[in-house]
Amino acid sequence: MEKHAIIVVGGGPAGMAAAIAAYDRGVTDVVILDREPHLGGILMQCIHNGFGLHKLGQELTGPEYAAVYEKKVMERGIKVYYEATVTHVSPDKVVTAQSRQGILKFQADAVILAMGCRERSRGALNICGSRPAGVYSAGTAQKLMNCEGYMVGKKVVILGSGDIGLIMARRMSLEGAKVEAVCELMPYSGGLTRNIVQCLEDFGIPLYLSTTVAQIHGEKRLEGVTIAQVDERRQPIEETKRYIPCDTLLLSVGLIPENELTRACGIPMDPITNGALVDDICQTQIPGIFACGNVLQVHDLVDYVSEEAERAGIGAAELILNGAASGEAIPTKPGNGVRYVIPQNVRKTGNDVSLFLRVTQPFGKVKFTVTAGDQVLAVAKRLKAAPGEMEKITVKANMLENVTEPIVVALEEL
Amino acid sequence: MERNITCIICPRGCPMTVKEEAGKLVVTGFTCPKGEKYAIDECTNPVRTVTSTVRVSNRKDTMVSVKTAAPVPKGKMMDVMALLRKTAVEAPVSIGQVVLTDVFGTEVVITKAVD
Ligand SMILES: Cc1cc2nc3c(=O)[nH]c(=O)nc-3n(C[C@H](O)[C@H](O)[C@H](O)COP(=O)(O)OP(=O)(O)OC[C@H]3O[C@@H](n4cnc5c(N)ncnc54)[C@H](O)[C@@H]3O)c2cc1C
Ligand code: SF4
Repeated sequence: MEKHAIIVVGGGPAGMAAAIAAYDRGVTDVVILDREPHLGGILMQCIHNGFGLHKLGQELTGPEYAAVYEKKVMERGIKVYYEATVTHVSPDKVVTAQSRQGILKFQADAVILAMGCRERSRGALNICGSRPAGVYSAGTAQKLMNCEGYMVGKKVVILGSGDIGLIMARRMSLEGAKVEAVCELMPYSGGLTRNIVQCLEDFGIPLYLSTTVAQIHGEKRLEGVTIAQVDERRQPIEETKRYIPCDTLLLSVGLIPENELTRACGIPMDPITNGALVDDICQTQIPGIFACGNVLQVHDLVDYVSEEAERAGIGAAELILNGAASGEAIPTKPGNGVRYVIPQNVRKTGNDVSLFLRVTQPFGKVKFTVTAGDQVLAVAKRLKAAPGEMEKITVKANMLENVTEPIVVALEEL
Repeated sequence: MERNITCIICPRGCPMTVKEEAGKLVVTGFTCPKGEKYAIDECTNPVRTVTSTVRVSNRKDTMVSVKTAAPVPKGKMMDVMALLRKTAVEAPVSIGQVVLTDVFGTEVVITKAVD
């Protein structure tokens, strides 16, 4: 069996950044496997700009951001297997993939999982009505339009106000379609404020909050949808039902980390993030197997994906070069107003540790407090906080020294 | 006159307010100077970067992504789109390659390589 120091599963922004970081830390025998014929992952269909502001200090489109990393992969001569779909990762780090050359099997010292996420489909919802053509997930529509030049429709309703839905509302409008409405089940949008401004307000597209698509109409092709406001239990309110004629319905109702390989490997998962439980270097509870990017937690900014992946890459390289770091693991926990905290375990390694989290609902001015027992480890204030925007709070290494109790992140509204 | 503007320059999305005081526009609520400039531009001459695709004439079912190298006046977005619909390129193309010149004071460039 072919042996490699590090095998990276997935060549999106996470996989590329992890491979580059591991290489630069001194482990040069790194291999990337991707099922597509190109690197870049989902970025290749995200042709709008807004990528790279944090990390690269310039505003790039998705393909341009991917190209920056692809160039670094090529310059280092990191081996990439294209059109190689990984079908199994074993706990002792044997990676099996299906490729044009047949079945590939590798033994790795460390494996970095970077498979990204996929979209929640209509099957995962429950909308009444027929099953006509014209109903797409927003990401599928994005790929059809941006990569293949196929215009998916002319009169559009979008369900879900996450970033992909908002970006597609603008994209369809620019291409001459009429976007009749964006409906959001929750009383707030899951997308970035800047996208509501530049994708909806710029084009006069109405955003209906606490509203859902109650029924789909049409036999062969979609003819219209019934939308309705929802009550506190998120059930459609009969009197508010309203018919909107349209030929296309885009669903932008959330992303699910693509963790089939992770589960099959027996890696313990977090039921809230739908990703693996990891420590401060993105290592799962199976030593030597790491997870980063959207497969670990759904990110809204690719810049943070690259940062997280670099931690995983460096962690994997150091594990190979220096062996496992000693130091006890302290669990982290979400407190008041916080939905989840990643990493779920923090080891005392003498380094600062960044905690990533999402809040449970939109808040105004807030103060985050990181505590362990009655010790306060860090405090961070924000003018606003929303579930659509990931928060990062850094705890200084010296604050962690004497910690023995679980680390809790909680917020209070100011 | 008072106008509420959300900054779209970076993902932070600062909520700003623009007021006219003694004939001058005064901005509050920004975190960095880019926001202040954006708010003034938004009241005087709003601009947007347009990103879209053009057809690759010598490849089947292939589009290549493009953008305006600098933002264009907001009201001209649809005019840029009309120009792009009439445009096609021939592969190979590389990132940064100019597709159209003189588009409302800027250029349209390729954002994805096609071999
Ligand atoms: C449809 C869609 C649209 C998005 N639009 C935006 C946007 O507009 N703006 C934004 O900031 N973020 C957007 N995102 C979020 C975006 O995915 C992340 O910012 C970032 O691309 C995640 O990087 P990643 O490397 O973790 O995952 P991905 O980019 O998804 O890369 C995962 C890679 O793994 C490969 N892979 C998966 N499984 C296997 C396997 N078994 N074997 C081999 N290879 C495998 C895939 O082919 C892919 O190349 C979008 C996400 C989706 C799903
Ligand atoms: S004001 Fe500065 S920090 Fe705030 S959104 Fe604009 S660019 Fe970002």
